[in-house]
Amino acid sequence: MLSIKNLHASVEGKEILKGINLEIKAGEVHAIMGPNGSGKSTLSQVLAGNEAFEVTEGEVTLNGENLLELETEERAREGIFLAFQYPVEIPGVSNLQFLRTAVNAMRQHKGEGEMNAAEFMKLAKDVSKQVDLDPAFLKRGVNEGFSGGEKKRNEVMQALLLQPKLAILDETDSGLDIDALQVVSNGVNALRAEDRAILMVTHYQRLLNHIVPDYVHVLAGGRIVKSGGRELALELEERGYGWLGIKDEEAANSAN
Amino acid sequence: MATTDKEVNELIKREYEHGFITEIESDTFEPGLNEDVIARLSAIKKEPEWMLEWRLKAYRRWLEMDEPDWAHVGYPKVDYNSISYYSAPKRKEDMPQSLDEVDPELLKTYEKLGIPLHEREKLAGVAVDAVFDSVSVATTFKEPLAKAGVIFCSISEAVRDYPELVQKYLGTVVPHGDNFFAALNSAVFSDGTFVYVPKGVRCPMELSTYFRINAANTGQFERTLIIAEDSSYVSYLEGCTAPMRDENQLHAAVVELVALDDAQIKYSTVQNWYPGDENGKGGIFNFVTKRGACIGKNSKISWTQVETGSAVTWKYPSCVLRGDNSVGEFYSVALTNNFQQADTGTKMIHLGKNTSSTIISKGISAGKSSNAYRGLVKFGPGAEGARNFTQCDSLLIGDRCGAHTFPYIESKNKSAIVEHEATTSKVSDEQMFLCRQRGIEPEQAVSMIVNGFCKEVFKELPMEFAVEAGKLLEVSLEGSVG
Ligand SMILES: Nc1ncnc2c1ncn2[C@@H]1O[C@H](COP(=O)(O)OP(=O)(O)O)[C@@H](O)[C@H]1O
Ligand SMILES: [Mg+2]
Repeated sequence: MLSIKNLHASVEGKEILKGINLEIKAGEVHAIMGPNGSGKSTLSQVLAGNEAFEVTEGEVTLNGENLLELETEERAREGIFLAFQYPVEIPGVSNLQFLRTAVNAMRQHKGEGEMNAAEFMKLAKDVSKQVDLDPAFLKRGVNEGFSGGEKKRNEVMQALLLQPKLAILDETDSGLDIDALQVVSNGVNALRAEDRAILMVTHYQRLLNHIVPDYVHVLAGGRIVKSGGRELALELEERGYGWLGIKDEEAANSAN
Repeated sequence: MATTDKEVNELIKREYEHGFITEIESDTFEPGLNEDVIARLSAIKKEPEWMLEWRLKAYRRWLEMDEPDWAHVGYPKVDYNSISYYSAPKRKEDMPQSLDEVDPELLKTYEKLGIPLHEREKLAGVAVDAVFDSVSVATTFKEPLAKAGVIFCSISEAVRDYPELVQKYLGTVVPHGDNFFAALNSAVFSDGTFVYVPKGVRCPMELSTYFRINAANTGQFERTLIIAEDSSYVSYLEGCTAPMRDENQLHAAVVELVALDDAQIKYSTVQNWYPGDENGKGGIFNFVTKRGACIGKNSKISWTQVETGSAVTWKYPSCVLRGDNSVGEFYSVALTNNFQQADTGTKMIHLGKNTSSTIISKGISAGKSSNAYRGLVKFGPGAEGARNFTQCDSLLIGDRCGAHTFPYIESKNKSAIVEHEATTSKVSDEQMFLCRQRGIEPEQAVSMIVNGFCKEVFKELPMEFAVEAGKLLEVSLEGSVG
């Protein structure tokens, strides 16, 4: 489904991604782990088309189509979804209005008619319950005054609503207590499907106890330095990034 | 970063929708202003002697005044002798007695503007007065209003038919020598709207006036007077458009509101005069004096304005809170784009006890425009327990525009309380990226973000018009993505 070949990207003239290679097939769940600053968010943002990052080399295809040629919104409509590490607020725009606009933009792209307000309301309530968010959140401004955990649940709710082909989850586990982690994981597990791929970015292995990945990759210094199965994450938990010769100031914490 | 800013700048390039010119035969005065011109104007309108005298007094005062230059705007000097002070669609009869007698071209004009004058049409429930260049061409729903005792007519008619009321209140809120533009207006006002709501009457429908400048080289000087007697209520809305012309045109209106004991006036404006082209050529100079007097106790005046048009706007809808416990409100959205300049805000003058006022101002600047909020909150010695809350928010789109805030507070009473909040924000790249990542078109994203920013003001507009205002912003921000 997604194929990344020798991807290089830089921000403000500084090269961050230095040749990423990755193949993800439909139905698979991949985890990308790595210390802070290794380029995990950069990879996520580049895939979603953030123009702050410049792709200097390499190619990315989604089902054979050149992804890098598409605008951000076109990639979204082709099924790329990014759950943000730091979701931004849009004051005064209700979550409901925002999501309905998004859903209708996607539907229009597929040649389907707009969803009416009542239909949409029902759908939105259903998905908000799936991530244990009070439907009252739908009326609040987008991420406005949401706690860290609420923002993350809100991101997962949006993935459930938009049903993407490839969901990229950037540290959707960080800052969550154990109950919230369970809720978010249930949401992500509900996303797992034959025709959908999930790319999970995380700093900690604990998330992988709840969402069991098919593959684990370790990103360091802008390159994937090791790939393996589920057991790689467990090994990392035990031995820390230092085991792979990677310096990580937070290695000591990475096991919690 | 730069790419997104560029895109946003592309987005806000827009086309003015109402820029067409109506081919219609008009009677237009030669350009120029002197006492004879004013006498001719007064004669055409069959005005009583006192009206002409009042105009001449204002004119003589005006001659002694200097054009103000303190506003945060710059524009070429207006040559007051190159403007025509009267232009009216030519008609065979004196005044149309019903809509059927109105020139079909004119009706078409209003239909193009989305303002059907035929009563059965979709604005049913809203009475409309249409002012075309210098004259009122049609007022709808006169009969049901008359049944309720409400007078809703052109100010010219009112001068003839209700002289006592006009004489009693005209110039009491905005005196003929109040300021340069108000003096000019008092001398040459050609038409406008008059509303009188008697004691205890809740006006049965929204009242609304649409102003349209059509003729070239003419100024529009309308005058509106609204009187709400004890315990009455009225909601009034004005809308404005003008054709695209390369020359600047002057619009200098005066609006006076009078609220007596327990009366409420809600005055809303959707101003979309031609703003000039993207190089700053042409557009309306909108120099307007709007003021309401809460004379009675427990009275209330609310101004809500959505200002998207005009090349230069100079406008401060104000409230004089004389009655004890009276309330003044000002809700404003001002959007400037390209080379537009707006210096707008309000004055809340607290004179009575326990008077309170609220100011919510939302300024949006895009392109190379400049947007200033200027507000005065004043407490007189008798304003025991008075309070004001002011919130001024500015939103910048792109990085070549400017936003300025000039709040002034003067207090002669120690018990008065003022709260002031101000913020400046940008439509950020992160917000745009979030919207686009969810599949939303950039145009739609900007418009959604701007609408969200204006929400507190839009909710003050009458329902039908809140939708209209939202759409107007969308159109104002419309364009192509680079
Ligand atoms: N917008 C940006 N401007 C400048 N540097 C950035 C920007 N985004 C990321 N970086 C830098 O790129 C590197 C990788 O960051 P990031 O992708 O956020 O890492 P991770 O998500 O793995 O913690 C860091 O050195 C970070 O400082
Ligand atoms: Mg990160």
